[in-house]
Amino acid sequence: MSQKVLLNAKEVNIILHRLACQLIEKHNNFSNTVLIGLQPRGVFLANRLTKILEEDYKVKNIQLGYLDITFYRDDFRRGEKTLEANTTKINFLVEDKNIVFIDDVLYTGRSIRAALTAIQSFGRPNEIELLTLIDRRFSRHLPIQPDYRGRQVDVINNEKVKVNWKEHDNEDSVYLIEK
Amino acid sequence: MSELSVNHLLGIKYLNKQDIQLIFETADHFKEVINRPIKKVPSLRDITIANLFFENSTRTKLSFELAEKRLSADVINFSSAQSSVKKGETLIDTVNNILSMKVDMVVMRHPNPGAGVFLSKHVNASIVNAGDGAHEHPTQALLDSYSIREKLGDVKGKKVVIVGDILHSRVALSNIFALQLQGAQVMVCGPKTLLPKYIDKLGVKVETNIRKALNWCDVANMLRVQNERMDISYFPSTREYTQQFGVNKELLDSLDKEITIMHPGPINRGVEITSDVADSKQSIILDQVQNGVAIRMAVIYLLASKIKQ
Repeated sequence: MSQKVLLNAKEVNIILHRLACQLIEKHNNFSNTVLIGLQPRGVFLANRLTKILEEDYKVKNIQLGYLDITFYRDDFRRGEKTLEANTTKINFLVEDKNIVFIDDVLYTGRSIRAALTAIQSFGRPNEIELLTLIDRRFSRHLPIQPDYRGRQVDVINNEKVKVNWKEHDNEDSVYLIEK
Repeated sequence: MSELSVNHLLGIKYLNKQDIQLIFETADHFKEVINRPIKKVPSLRDITIANLFFENSTRTKLSFELAEKRLSADVINFSSAQSSVKKGETLIDTVNNILSMKVDMVVMRHPNPGAGVFLSKHVNASIVNAGDGAHEHPTQALLDSYSIREKLGDVKGKKVVIVGDILHSRVALSNIFALQLQGAQVMVCGPKTLLPKYIDKLGVKVETNIRKALNWCDVANMLRVQNERMDISYFPSTREYTQQFGVNKELLDSLDKEITIMHPGPINRGVEITSDVADSKQSIILDQVQNGVAIRMAVIYLLASKIKQ
């Protein structure tokens, strides 16, 4: 198994700030916008972006939630293992809100499809956008594209993109791993 | 661990501690789901479940049906009163006929102990025991433990007394197994005639004085007197039973601590507990009912994930 660094900590930091600025350009003071991190690993990116928006760009009262899509996935009973659920935490109304889904890697698009179904259980949003740190081009199974992307990469199917976060994996980095 | 060690839920006796932990963790997620504006998830949309009730039931049947529907399973219902069972059809024939309609899972209540185990050996479907005679009622025991965990933080180390008709109760047996597996201490309390002869062999304390039992415990699980299962008189009169083993507000208030009151339902108000106890702050009877749906969703979800396509 070999691995190659796609992004180092400095590059991740630059990208996070750029994404935060892009969000401010579109959503201004976030008065009608909510951020939703997709479980499990989109949550780290969502937390980090929220922190940058609040601390570096002084945006106040950002509403941040976590959405688990386990029960909405289309591969239940297809894999070897039972799908393990994560916590959903959405303590605000999504009715008529602008939602930004946040996930670390966009690959087939199936997780986002599940998230689009799952969020309907909480109400009818006005608009949903997608932000992703890594966009794996040429691997989509569904017509889903990000509105905000950190880095677009070309990865073949037997390679994996692994995003590490300082608070969970001791470093900010993105690796391309050959399986 | 993310998988049950069993393919059927026939009784608590067949589960291990990790299984119970997994069911509780999954139920936590479903509890969140059933408090959403839209309480349904699409996980089981390709699964068909048959609810076979060979014995009367209200809340268990409704609870299972609701759990199945909230997981988006297709559900068919059967009750023996309006069926060919009355014409002499055997259990295996009845179930095999239903299974030939491409049913994946069977939830069964049956008056005979061991009916679920028997069926699991002869038919090709996942079986959930919804009560078999006086043997086990595993989902009730799971939701009871889950409710104790929710109210008191943990089941381990807690003292639970099961009061009443232990002899005819499947709830008591499943509860004893479930509570002991999770490290709780269990006592049974009731008239001697309603305590099984070898009950102490299960490692439970036995008490015939309700006041002493309540003074000992953190939780009292009050069982219904199952008159329909009684072929002889086990106590002189209902009035005398209530005087000796019923719990009223006065008795509760006279204890030097606040205990939690549970009841698997249906309640005979004024017999095993009075109305002011059933509706008091200490009672978690309605929480038990609500948790029942989440627990049954978890059990069905985890068993369904083991049915291969």
